[in-house]
Amino acid sequence: MNSFTLTQAAAADEAVRDFAGHAGAAYLGGGTNLIDLMKENVARPTHLTSLGHLPLGDISSLPEGGLRLGALATNADTAWHPEVEKRYPLLSQTILAGATPQLRNMATDGGNLLQRTRCYYFSDLATPCNKREPGSGCAALHGQNRVCGVLGTSESCIATHPSDMCVALAALEAVVRVQGPDGERSIKFEDFHRLPGNTPQFDNTLKAGELVTAIDLPAQGYASNFTYLKLRDRSSYAFALVSVAVGLEMEGNTIKKARFALGGVAHKPWRDPAAEQLLEGQPASPDLFRQVAAKVFASAKGYEFNSFKIELGKRAIVRALKQATEMSQPLDSNAFLNSNP
Amino acid sequence: MSSPFIQAPLGPPAPALAPAQAVTLHINGEDRTIQLAPWTSLLDALREYLDLTGTKKGCDHGQCGACTVLVDGKRINSCLALATVYQGKQITTIEGIGGEDNLSPLQQAFIDHDAFQCGYCTPGQICSAQGLINEGRAKTADEVRELMSGNLCRCGAYTNILSAVMEVLHDGQVVVDNGTLVTIPMQPTKAI
Amino acid sequence: MSQTIATPPTIRLDSDVIGRPVSRTDGAAKVSGAAKYAAEYNVPNLWHGYIVSSPIAKGKITKIDAAAVLAIPGVQQVFSHENVPSLAWFDRSYKDDIAPGGSPFRPLHNADVLFSMQPVALVVAETFELARYAASVLRIEYAVDEDFNTDLEKARAAGKGFDAPKGKPGFLPPPKPKGDADKAFKAAPHQVEAAYTHHTQHHNPMEMFASTVEWLGDGKKLKIYDKTQGAGNTQQYISKIFGLSKEEAWVISKYTGGAFGSGLRPQYQSFLAVLAALELAHSVRVSMTRQQMFSMGHRAHTIQDLKLAADDQGYLQALEHHAFAETSQFENETETVVNWSGILYKCANTKFSYELAKVDVNTPADMRAPGAATGSFAIECAIDELAYKAGVDPLEFRRLNYTYRDPTEDKPFSSKRLLDCYQEGATRFGWDQRTPEPRSMREGNMLVGWGMATGCWDAAMQKTAAKASLTAAGHLTVSSATNDIGTGTYTIMTQVAAQTLGLPMADVTAVLGDTTLPPAPVQGGSWTAASTGSAVQAACQELGKKLLKLAQKMADSPLKGIAFEDVQFVDGHLRANEDIDRSVAIADVLATSGEATVEAESGAEPNPVNMLKYSMHSHNAVFVEVKVDEDLGTVHVTRVVNAVAAGRVLNPKTARSQVLGGTVWGISMALMEETFLDNNLGRYMNHNYAEYHVPVNADIHKIDVILVEEEDDHLNPLGVKGIGEIGMLGVAAAVANAVYHATGKRVRDLPLTIDKLL
Repeated sequence: MNSFTLTQAAAADEAVRDFAGHAGAAYLGGGTNLIDLMKENVARPTHLTSLGHLPLGDISSLPEGGLRLGALATNADTAWHPEVEKRYPLLSQTILAGATPQLRNMATDGGNLLQRTRCYYFSDLATPCNKREPGSGCAALHGQNRVCGVLGTSESCIATHPSDMCVALAALEAVVRVQGPDGERSIKFEDFHRLPGNTPQFDNTLKAGELVTAIDLPAQGYASNFTYLKLRDRSSYAFALVSVAVGLEMEGNTIKKARFALGGVAHKPWRDPAAEQLLEGQPASPDLFRQVAAKVFASAKGYEFNSFKIELGKRAIVRALKQATEMSQPLDSNAFLNSNP
Repeated sequence: MSSPFIQAPLGPPAPALAPAQAVTLHINGEDRTIQLAPWTSLLDALREYLDLTGTKKGCDHGQCGACTVLVDGKRINSCLALATVYQGKQITTIEGIGGEDNLSPLQQAFIDHDAFQCGYCTPGQICSAQGLINEGRAKTADEVRELMSGNLCRCGAYTNILSAVMEVLHDGQVVVDNGTLVTIPMQPTKAI
Repeated sequence: MSQTIATPPTIRLDSDVIGRPVSRTDGAAKVSGAAKYAAEYNVPNLWHGYIVSSPIAKGKITKIDAAAVLAIPGVQQVFSHENVPSLAWFDRSYKDDIAPGGSPFRPLHNADVLFSMQPVALVVAETFELARYAASVLRIEYAVDEDFNTDLEKARAAGKGFDAPKGKPGFLPPPKPKGDADKAFKAAPHQVEAAYTHHTQHHNPMEMFASTVEWLGDGKKLKIYDKTQGAGNTQQYISKIFGLSKEEAWVISKYTGGAFGSGLRPQYQSFLAVLAALELAHSVRVSMTRQQMFSMGHRAHTIQDLKLAADDQGYLQALEHHAFAETSQFENETETVVNWSGILYKCANTKFSYELAKVDVNTPADMRAPGAATGSFAIECAIDELAYKAGVDPLEFRRLNYTYRDPTEDKPFSSKRLLDCYQEGATRFGWDQRTPEPRSMREGNMLVGWGMATGCWDAAMQKTAAKASLTAAGHLTVSSATNDIGTGTYTIMTQVAAQTLGLPMADVTAVLGDTTLPPAPVQGGSWTAASTGSAVQAACQELGKKLLKLAQKMADSPLKGIAFEDVQFVDGHLRANEDIDRSVAIADVLATSGEATVEAESGAEPNPVNMLKYSMHSHNAVFVEVKVDEDLGTVHVTRVVNAVAAGRVLNPKTARSQVLGGTVWGISMALMEETFLDNNLGRYMNHNYAEYHVPVNADIHKIDVILVEEEDDHLNPLGVKGIGEIGMLGVAAAVANAVYHATGKRVRDLPLTIDKLL
């Protein structure tokens, strides 16, 4: 771990100024990913702007019927917030499927968006990795790539985004609010994370010094028909091999509106609007779900140890859509505990 | 064939080492002031600077739960916490939960159910279980299993950990499959 | 060593504490955080060492540039091969008690890199954080030798295999062939020929390896708090290398946060911490990181080829078991892998082999049930496959081929209640409700599978010494240099002592993990309860003899003229077996004698005559239920019954926990554990606790342990077989067999992850 100085900022603009005033600065939220990477020497900031005292921990209703998650609300407080449980049970379930109670008590919603990949090579300085050291190469391409992506990959990087929460936020079409040296702006969730291309060192579209201040959820929370299906190597405390977050508006057996996103398969939470459109206006049926799944993975490319994700991903989509359409009543927030596939 | 490889830091080192400053932590009901640089984790502050070695280091990366402590009643991984930013919080470690001569009900239940072997994950398991009880979310065995899954036990004492937590959670009773509470005998093994 | 007297196994008195499910005597220390592990002795003026690990798998260090690091205020030294002082020269000085044949790895010995993550430097600084930082800025240049191979399959294809040589203590070479296995195989109507593999696995105990070396300020005298399974093994290793006397290398290991074999051999942090303490004349602590724990030994990647054949009734006609395993370039680590097949089943035509190939990784190490966990997975899956081919129930198949003698040594078992394990386990599990056809059992949309398997392990014993010391106040302390790695040694020592001298457990303290105590071997091989337990019993009996003599010196002693064999120790009294009114309180004996303490030292060792006469093994039968979501490839082990016959059980509570733990290990081996090796880089890649998966609480469901009653007078005075390994055996195979029953898919490559079941 590098040596660093630390400032506790009291407000967002103060934090942005503090960050700008220190070369090699990083924002410190819950620390669950940053401190980990600092110990591995993957992140070597020389200054931390600590956000713990910023008044950004609230979860509040928005005038148009949505909900605002303060960037510093913890994952645990978000998942178990009464409004989230009631109106966005998909988000609640998805957060609870990730990490552990301890980590969820520390990790912030803003920080969740900024998690770095869990590709083995990224965190091991002995190996080449274009995301860590641009131009050094990608050892995962021909290495241990079981956890890597199959959609939207490039020759430079096949890493995945590790978040569960972001998969639900993608399906919910959240909006990320940020503040930076040039003021505030909003970023549509689908535009927040990016594909690796030949610049995999950039996970997202934040500009230098920009700070996530809130995540806005639109009014539609799909509280009646939703599911988060996560497939992993153990029942808990593991990153997704493949995950699917689904939110549906149903009328009888007909799907009026469909949003879904995948985790564990790409450099960002993966959405396929064309595939969503295939569902809309159609009666729910296994054939339709298989057709949709095939469409999502039509462009997929597998590598030596992760090709299984293509078939697994298709099956996961079919199962998740089936579960979401067959829901007759909302699950309580603990339902996920008994529904591990 | 031979090729060179250089092992060197990624990026420049810090221009100067950040100095240690007085840090006051409120631990187990007491204020403790120590000199720390910002790079000291709460876990290392406890173990190396305050001789509170009951909190364990099992991975130092938030991947095992051995370092679990309670902050304002909530369980966290102290290895991923920088001590300096935890000033002003109420920190409870295993030493604050109970000593050898005044064990808490959870600690006693862990002994009664033989919910550990090597004992290294145990303080973290107990702090985590206390956090689980404080949360008030888990009731059934499946819920406790899931919400105790942030604490690895390589000895594999999970079934006994479950029994111990369930006993305290339900005051000596457990929920059986049909949802009712029943009292279970403490030790299922018969003496021979 | 004095002769010990066998305790009558069948008599149970209310005052008996042996055999009772008493709670761990070290429980309060562990649940309160008071129990101190190696890295937790905060001795005064402590410096910290941080290990720098090699990023390359093979090559040479060409340059170490430590100047910038040494210039950092507070950094004390950077140790590397460039400045390590002249140490012991011969290989034998580096051989510990458990070392296999070959040339042991010497940390910081020269510029050669022999495996990835090999320690190449130690940075010592005033604080842990500073040492960690300083290590991160150390610049080291290497010349990479790209002609390396870490791939066992590749080594095998290149014909690099060789018969595993002798050299490691306890290693049994494969049994000699019997009959004509080739011919019998070809002639039999039902055949199985299949390869079974598992990959590298790492022990990953919860506590990371650490040594705190306290420099006692008196020449070279050191107090070494070490994470180990054997304080004595660390002591002899360190003292030989650094030329220290036993007094100078005083090793303490009171609590060990799990080890599972990883602490049998001294690990390199002990060497590095001692080196730094001696060179700097200062107290130093060195802890490994979790990542570095993947640079120690591991369960060897092993490929096993089995050929089994049976007749129409289900009797085995041919059994061949061949294993091919990795070892390092510098040592020949050997396990007993294939012999178990020969011990478990009666078959007239058998053939075995065990080959090694050298690859560029660190030397593998014993890991819980070494060899047997490997071998039992393969043979027990193959037996299941053959049972299906022969159309015989897998349990019935095992009964048909049951053997009452050990076929590999042609001698009787000292005891073998495996049939009872089968019976009691099957009844508890409800095996008779099983429908044999694969895919025939369902629950909702889940496929249900029931599988079973069996296992055996050595009932071993090692020469061990112990001391008993009774104070005038009536407190008994028993001690031995053995370890408690979570097995419950403190507790059973206390029980055996209390029982032998008829004292309440509260009046007995067990002390261990200190090289100043009577010598004991490493804690391992499931031999500690038998060895230490017997030694404690012997020491207490010697003490008892002294007490009797003192009692007989008392005026009007009611025990005058009575022989020790005719005296019992009950409720704090010595009394005559024939007339319990002839009784003296131990407290009165001590008070009258005027002695402040009465002490005795004794020990126990294996009975060589019985070892020649009998094959000594523990056995188990495991029954497993899995539920498989076929579409998604997920497997959950929902129920396990593990029935174990392991001789006399000293403490059913701690013994049950050992079997629970072993069962979890078996599930873990079956479903999760694999260290992914990047053969391009020669490096383990998932070297952390997030990506090397072991079960979490949510993975583990109902586990029923049955401790089958088994008496055995041939083993040792206590009749104990040990229980640390046996609980793991058969479990991985039973899971794989249950998955076959559920799905109709045979997966012969562990772990059974989602991708293999799609």
